[in-house]
Amino acid sequence: MLVRLRVNGRERAADIWEGSSLLAFLRDELELPGSKNACEEGECGSCSVWLDGTLVCSCLVLAAQAQDRAVRTVEGLVGDGELHPVQQAFVDAGAVQCGFCTPGLVVAATDLLEQRPTPTDPEIREALAGNLCRCTGYQKVLEAVRLAASGGTGERA
Amino acid sequence: MSDTLERAGAAGVGASPRRPDGIPKVRGTFDYGSDLRIDGMLFGATVRSPHAAARIRGIEVAAALATPGVHAVLTADDVPGERRYGLEIADQPVLAWDVVRFAGEPVVVVAADHPETARVARDRVRVDYEELPPLTDMERALDDDAPQLHPTGNVVRHVHIEHGDPDADAEVWVEGVYETGMQDQAALGPEAGLAIPAEDGGVDLHVTTQWLHADRDQIAPCLGLPPERVRLHLAGVGGAFGSREDLHLHVHACMLALHTGRPVRIVYGRHESFLGHVHRHPARIWMRTGATRDGRLVNVRARLLVDGGAYASSSTAVIANASTFAAGPYELPNARIDGTAVYTNNPPCGAMRGFGAPQLCFAHEAQMDRLAAALEMDPIELRRRNVLGPGSVLPTGQVIRGSAPVAELIERAAGVAIPDDEPFGGRDPIELPGGAGNVGRGEGVRRGTGLAVGYKNLAYSEGFDDASAALVVLRAEDGVAVAEVRSAAAEVGQGLTTVLAQIVTTELGVDDVRVLAADTSVGSSGSSSASRQTMMSGGAVQDASARVREELLERVRVRHELPPTAVLTLEAGRVLLDGLPLVEIAGVLDEPITAESVYRHRRVTGFDARGQGDIHVAFAFAAARAVVEVDVDLGLVRVVQVAVAQDVGRAINPLGVTGQIEGGTAQGLGLALMEELRTDRGRLVNASFTDYLLPTILDMPPVVSVVVEEPEPGVPYGAKGAGEPSTVVAPAAIAAAVRAASGREIGRLPIRPDDLVGLTERRPWSAPPPNPDVPFQVPVPPRREPD
Repeated sequence: MLVRLRVNGRERAADIWEGSSLLAFLRDELELPGSKNACEEGECGSCSVWLDGTLVCSCLVLAAQAQDRAVRTVEGLVGDGELHPVQQAFVDAGAVQCGFCTPGLVVAATDLLEQRPTPTDPEIREALAGNLCRCTGYQKVLEAVRLAASGGTGERA
Repeated sequence: MSDTLERAGAAGVGASPRRPDGIPKVRGTFDYGSDLRIDGMLFGATVRSPHAAARIRGIEVAAALATPGVHAVLTADDVPGERRYGLEIADQPVLAWDVVRFAGEPVVVVAADHPETARVARDRVRVDYEELPPLTDMERALDDDAPQLHPTGNVVRHVHIEHGDPDADAEVWVEGVYETGMQDQAALGPEAGLAIPAEDGGVDLHVTTQWLHADRDQIAPCLGLPPERVRLHLAGVGGAFGSREDLHLHVHACMLALHTGRPVRIVYGRHESFLGHVHRHPARIWMRTGATRDGRLVNVRARLLVDGGAYASSSTAVIANASTFAAGPYELPNARIDGTAVYTNNPPCGAMRGFGAPQLCFAHEAQMDRLAAALEMDPIELRRRNVLGPGSVLPTGQVIRGSAPVAELIERAAGVAIPDDEPFGGRDPIELPGGAGNVGRGEGVRRGTGLAVGYKNLAYSEGFDDASAALVVLRAEDGVAVAEVRSAAAEVGQGLTTVLAQIVTTELGVDDVRVLAADTSVGSSGSSSASRQTMMSGGAVQDASARVREELLERVRVRHELPPTAVLTLEAGRVLLDGLPLVEIAGVLDEPITAESVYRHRRVTGFDARGQGDIHVAFAFAAARAVVEVDVDLGLVRVVQVAVAQDVGRAINPLGVTGQIEGGTAQGLGLALMEELRTDRGRLVNASFTDYLLPTILDMPPVVSVVVEEPEPGVPYGAKGAGEPSTVVAPAAIAAAVRAASGREIGRLPIRPDDLVGLTERRPWSAPPPNPDVPFQVPVPPRREPD
């Protein structure tokens, strides 16, 4: 079936298998592999994207459900060659090891900070509770979000 | 801002430069194995046995093969060469024939032009099984009348260690039995590979792995190809933790590619990932610990059994480790330790972070606390009195030659400030044990603290020569000196490429260091395992850099007509003479300078008949102090804080070291409280992230890392590996804290709510099983030497 949607501000379309998830559509058809395939059952958050501005696991959304809707992925956070402050903070805080969970965490953390620019630690933990990371133990992830919230100075706002 | 970061890596040993792969990873542009694609590729899928034990009466592939879009359906009969492979013993079929020995064992592979077509075809393969009663209990495996799963019997290896007078009596004895469950590495990146047939009849395999050369040397015989025609390339690895030491889809993808003449990609989903890699060995441990009344250890008798599952994997090495670490990091005059790894029809178990040590640390530390209670002594004081240090003799007779700041680790971990005991009133429910699911008001919550000490060997043991090769090239690019590192060492997320770049920067004074993609066109670097790459590949890169430097300085001396005594140093891209700039490094690089080096650790030995030998290369120690809250009414646990003091020799990258300590602690917390692969008649029943519980950011407490730097003599920069020790000690420390809070015995990990409210039926512990009569003490089945 033909699916059309807006991804990171661009109209995109592809003829796909009806059972295809939005995640598979993004990764395999649109060649946007930043949304990761860690569990494909909605438990790990690695495939997090915005669908009409709402944070979703793209593995749990059928590509067909996204017909005529707007999707924003980690690739759409900033222009080529730039880093979003949350991305910068993840690099600076050492919150990236294997990195497989990182795009999903960056998207979820950005979503949090867009809604709450100066979250408390419990708010950060609650917001990122749907993202599994197996490498970092989350401490530097927490530090990265604090860093991004403070404008990169490391001081709490 | 990205501009400055792209040049990151430009800092030497002891700094924490940003990792060069960090930027593509935060952008989502880093190529992982599952992101690989090439025009015309096919997609593979694997038919797996649903039974833990069965005879294969027949396989019907016609319907699968007739599915439009299907290009190949292959069985064991289609394996071009050797039909079995293995890390240490070649006992595992590429594809099963005649019998299946575990639920999830691959039987048939298919390739099709769409992933969904491949899955449909997979489901159309009919395998006629005759189910057999599975052997699923590790003790039962030792019975004479148990079904024998392999021609060599059910014992993979038995290790026997006798130290001093193993029958020596003690004034006080304590005895305990301990059990640990099967843990999964649960690396977030699934197994993935892309095999591309080559014009020379060989194959190029891009794959997620920890050791390219060991893979190649297992794959090539199965394909009936010489090793040089099987070229491996490291695909982006999304975590490993031991799960990628064994082959998974490697031979399958190559077979399908060679058969179809097309590139073939295989990517496991999460469920298949659980089936497709080995797990941490479940263990049963019986231990008697004897001491004098003033708290000096006299004797330890241990009998341990680990379940290797259906195939050997690295069980022979895991049981050796577990046995040598059984008595803990303590001075001990006498011991008798017997360790056995057995085959069962459970899923195969092999390497996972800690490699046999976490299970034993849980046991020996519980014994120390039990002994302290029996002696009415402070548990930390008891440890102080027995702790080993440089020059101490281990139960194997091995003398500790390197640094061993164990006493300091205990003091430092115990000295970390404990968070204030917060009242429950007004607390966010999410901060109660069990989080928002806690239906109480905190009235049943008790706090406890516990401490554990443990250790882990670095690099491969028992005389195995796991050398690391590296090549360093220094050249000029646009008038600037650039260094390149070529190595087959696997970056799996741990930060190795950053460490290697730091070493080159330190040795050559060059900021722009590029660690090239790893493949088998260079010599083996050994495995990214056993906390060894910083020492081993770091050593190779340091030595190769030093050779480059010698040649560079010789050029400078000749061109500037300097005497051999001239003091030349390299810094920030320049050659300094007596501390003053003389010339740009790039200025003398009209010809590039190249040097290769192979780094070997000191030679060690195997076990003799009494289990004595200089078994391990070196050790890293750690102490953890955990603070927990237990809701004793509801059986729920909240970890408040874990303080880990770890012996790292020297921190080459402090940010990377604390990242390892924090992440290793999280996996230890998982083993202590949450993570267990459960089986029913050998079948995994919770092989998903819905049912296999991993720690989330809500489960993880603050981890206070105390990095203790006492350089290890004889290794590059004195740096020890940092990946594993926190995983060894964290479970034992958390268990001790839960014991202190709840007053329960806690003989099993992970700790379940039922264990904390008295609902668990006591296991009818028998006496320890007798030792098997097998000759596997001394001969480690030969492992392939790396090239």
